[in-house]
Amino acid sequence: MPRRAWVIAGTAVGLGLAVLAAGLSLAGYDAGAALAALWTGAFGSWYAFTSATLVRAVPLILIGLGIALGFRAGVFNIGAEGQFYAGAIAATWVGLHVGAMPAALAISAVWSAALLAGACWVAVPVGLRMRYGVLEVISTLLLNFVAEALVSFVVQGPLQERQGIYPQSDPIALSARLPFIPGTRLHVGLFLALGCAGVLWYLFARTRWGFNLRAVGAGPRAAEVSGRIDSRRVTAQALLASGAIAGLAGGVEVTGVSYALYQNLSPGYGFTAIAVALLARLHPLGVVAAGLLFGALEAGAGAMQRDAGVPAVAVSVVEAVVLLVVVIAAAGVQRIGLVGAARARRRAA
Amino acid sequence: MSAPPAPLLRLEGIEKRYGPVHALRGADFTLYPGEVHALLGENGAGKTTLMQVADGLVRPDAGTIRVGDAERPALTPGEARRFGIGMVHQHFTGIPAFTVAENVALATGWPVSPGPLRERVRHAAEQIGLPLDPDVRTGRLSVGLKQRLEIVKAVAADARILLLDEPTAVLAPAEVAELLDVIRRFTASGGAAVLITHKLDEALAAADRVTVLRRGKVVLRALRGDLDPAGLAAAMIGGEPVVRSAASIRQQADEPAAIRAEALEVARESGYGLALRQGSLEVRPGEIVGIAAVEGNGQRELLRAVAGRVLPLRGRLQVAGPVAFIPEDRISEGLIPELSLTENVVLGSGREEPWMRGGRIDWRAAERYTAELLRAYDVVAAGPRAPASSLSGGNQQKVVIARELSRRPRVVVAENPTRGLDLRATAGVHARLREAAEAGAAVLVHSSDLDEVLELATRVLVVSRGVVAEPPSGEAASREEIGAMMLAGA
Amino acid sequence: MSGLEELTAGFLAAAVRVATPLLLAATGETVTERAGVINLGIEGMMLAGALAAALGASAAGPWTGVLVGIGAGTALALVFAAVVVGARGDQIITGTAVTLGAVGLTGMVYRQAYGTAGAGLNLPTLAALPVPGLREIPLIGPALFDQPAPTYIAIVALPIVWWCLFRTRAGLMLRATGESQAMARAAGVRTGLVRAVATLIGGAFAGLAGATLVLAQVGTFAEKMTAGRGFIAIAIVVLGRWHPAGVGLAALLFGAATALQFLFQTLGWDVPYQLFLMLPYGLTLLALAGLVGRVRPPADLGRG
Repeated sequence: MPRRAWVIAGTAVGLGLAVLAAGLSLAGYDAGAALAALWTGAFGSWYAFTSATLVRAVPLILIGLGIALGFRAGVFNIGAEGQFYAGAIAATWVGLHVGAMPAALAISAVWSAALLAGACWVAVPVGLRMRYGVLEVISTLLLNFVAEALVSFVVQGPLQERQGIYPQSDPIALSARLPFIPGTRLHVGLFLALGCAGVLWYLFARTRWGFNLRAVGAGPRAAEVSGRIDSRRVTAQALLASGAIAGLAGGVEVTGVSYALYQNLSPGYGFTAIAVALLARLHPLGVVAAGLLFGALEAGAGAMQRDAGVPAVAVSVVEAVVLLVVVIAAAGVQRIGLVGAARARRRAA
Repeated sequence: MSAPPAPLLRLEGIEKRYGPVHALRGADFTLYPGEVHALLGENGAGKTTLMQVADGLVRPDAGTIRVGDAERPALTPGEARRFGIGMVHQHFTGIPAFTVAENVALATGWPVSPGPLRERVRHAAEQIGLPLDPDVRTGRLSVGLKQRLEIVKAVAADARILLLDEPTAVLAPAEVAELLDVIRRFTASGGAAVLITHKLDEALAAADRVTVLRRGKVVLRALRGDLDPAGLAAAMIGGEPVVRSAASIRQQADEPAAIRAEALEVARESGYGLALRQGSLEVRPGEIVGIAAVEGNGQRELLRAVAGRVLPLRGRLQVAGPVAFIPEDRISEGLIPELSLTENVVLGSGREEPWMRGGRIDWRAAERYTAELLRAYDVVAAGPRAPASSLSGGNQQKVVIARELSRRPRVVVAENPTRGLDLRATAGVHARLREAAEAGAAVLVHSSDLDEVLELATRVLVVSRGVVAEPPSGEAASREEIGAMMLAGA
Repeated sequence: MSGLEELTAGFLAAAVRVATPLLLAATGETVTERAGVINLGIEGMMLAGALAAALGASAAGPWTGVLVGIGAGTALALVFAAVVVGARGDQIITGTAVTLGAVGLTGMVYRQAYGTAGAGLNLPTLAALPVPGLREIPLIGPALFDQPAPTYIAIVALPIVWWCLFRTRAGLMLRATGESQAMARAAGVRTGLVRAVATLIGGAFAGLAGATLVLAQVGTFAEKMTAGRGFIAIAIVVLGRWHPAGVGLAALLFGAATALQFLFQTLGWDVPYQLFLMLPYGLTLLALAGLVGRVRPPADLGRG
């Protein structure tokens, strides 16, 4: 990343924390205690770092990669939350039925189902955009609420635990659960997230497919006319891939953390990941770093709620400020975050 | 005209530079009440810029503007409006989603309540002699009617000085006569009009007074009685004769045509109706076929169909590959400004390039290749990694041309390849196109500047109302003959 | 009154009640979008308006609550306008950020003000104000003329907004800004100011919508209680083709879809309630698919 990017990222996070602290003081909390709890919860110990911060960073990195992929192609997927849930539902359903399989096979089956479910969930906005020109911003957003209602329905209906008391599913088969890294509750899904980041980086930096995607995002007319790229197809592919990755993140969460489906499985990962992707300037490796940072925030938020009585949702103030700072820094460039450096302003007449 | 009264508008010693381009070099211009004043000059002579200075759209580097009693170094658009100056641009400046009445209200500040506004607009348009339906959505108007609306807007906003930028370019001959009538009526009632044009006969037919600009300087001022066509033409063109390149290119007539189109039909970009109704043509290797056409007659669709950028609805089309395509708008279609030059070169390249390894891109090889291209085509750039947006317009166009021509194309299709370029850059582009033809490519080029078509082409075809036609006198066709065909329609 | 008539009247009344906050938010968003600004932050502005209204109402009565709610929505809109108009920030992301921020802020303030127990149901609320005479009209009487004040405000605001947009010079300049900032500027319109004001108007309406939700509908505040109503309002604007009359109809359609839930419950039909939670969203998507090809948003919508 160029130095400017670091400065912006630093300013954004610093300002976000400052606003959080100011807000907490104004609302009458003990801001010092809250921030201390935040820090301890995220980095206070090896266990906190691995089992809280990194565990939360995994879905954020994965979803953030998906969102960055979409943004790079010029599509706004704000429906990752819904795709995550679609993936989680599919993963749970498959995960309940793979007890007889060996672990590798069971996990592959569950993850594939999640991937597919995420892609199917976003296929609706893709179809609406292709056929009717409905803005994906609105359609993906609305489908978040449908997905949440769907989760609420399945955990009180078809997937409800056997006793029929709690609104949650039975735990998935043991064979479908991810192994931990010894001494922690950090599951091996972390390596999947890192692997995805690497693959995506390679696709963007070294392949024609990734280049076409970036070209469509940066200049759709030129991509079509000069590059002879079918930009509709590329856009659709990007959106589908974006949804598939978010769905996969839902599958990873079920197989690695929750082992079951319930409402509010995600504390808003789909939205936080937008901040992750933008803070990383849509760079896959940057997403890993930004995902870690926001994973720490999420982890710290839990501790803040437990130890300082501040509701965890308060950290979304930090996310909001980060987004605003990044948006302001990128303003003037037509599409957010795209390669950034260029200003098309100086055009000699 | 006898002893003219005090001038309405006076521009003195106007200077304007755009980077390396010296658009206006101390130009003077005086407009008297009651006159139609033709501002004549070739493309790029500075006519439009000079009038934009009067309209407050361009801030001059030096000079003074006198309107009425005021004397200013520059005007703002608002001041120009208050001094009664109104400009009718070549492109439409209204809001397509608004009705005619709403667009007039926006320009004039008239109250919006629909009944009275409708009547007032209808009345004003009739008064001017350009009747318009006030309730029609502006986007649905034809190009000619949109221009009507522009004039109505200006006059309804109490303009006393009307600046018309090439107003006849988009009109059919009958409409031209009607427009000139309207302008005369306007000036007869005390206003004054400037007719920006590069057409001699038009200036001779319509103007009371003519000012000729060449390369940003006034070279001739004359009253109607003192005009002679030969003198005007000499003033406009100067000492440089128009070079026709026909002789310099060897024809390879025995070779089969590289472009062969028969009865092509191509839909409009909006999807409704046909833009090209009858597109038949052949281009042989070594030929430069120039397409002469007035904007919006189907030439764009013809070129894009040949270049494989749009699919024709019907007809037969054979084009030898590879095809190079130089689109009209380099900023939005030729290049992606935010991407580096290397990336822009890769953008237009196929799968067979040396730096493509399956689906993988070898960026180092692509960068080396780009660096070579930049050298070979004299592109002034910081290097292959510089973003395309950091280049001047001329250098951006060089990059597009370098990318397209470096693939040894058998067919080259170019749309307005020199739009917005200065003289030197234009000459460079022309030389590259000629080189391509000499190397055996079939070149199909359109320019909205007829003189450029005549200068560049070995053979000229005219597209009018969607029909491609060859001038009856073939390669000997005169400018007048081609011009008449462009405007006549089939 | 026959049983069927009573049922229908009850259904209509519920539909209008549910539609009111949506209509208010969508009316404001219509103004905003007509000026070329798409504001995904209205979800957050509604939420902030809701909490502010609850706090204001418990401190000094329901009408104070309404005013404080409007103020909160407008204040957030000011932040949005500063970033979007002042700094030319991307509208979609800024809107998302404002909504996220509002979720965090309201969560913080709410927990501090009410503790973990919640706001409870002892909030002073806005009671129904029956209009004498009109209330007796069969079927639609109770639906339109036996509602709390915000419903009347929403109904009256619609023609006023229509008149301002289409019959005044200010409206003409606002619409010109939404269609083409460049052309509007050339015609002497201060487009930045127009967009900022249109955003603030949208924020005020969103705040009022949030206040209505708390004081005239639910009777209490809960975290994230707007549950996407702001986003639905944006969809309503599209469905209503950016026209106040269409927006009114679309909002009513939404209210009806949600009110079906109450109808089915009354009829004793056993349908999972989550289906009704999904219905409005699914319906919007269907309607968007059926409509969007044939409607045209303001040409400069979303452009900086």
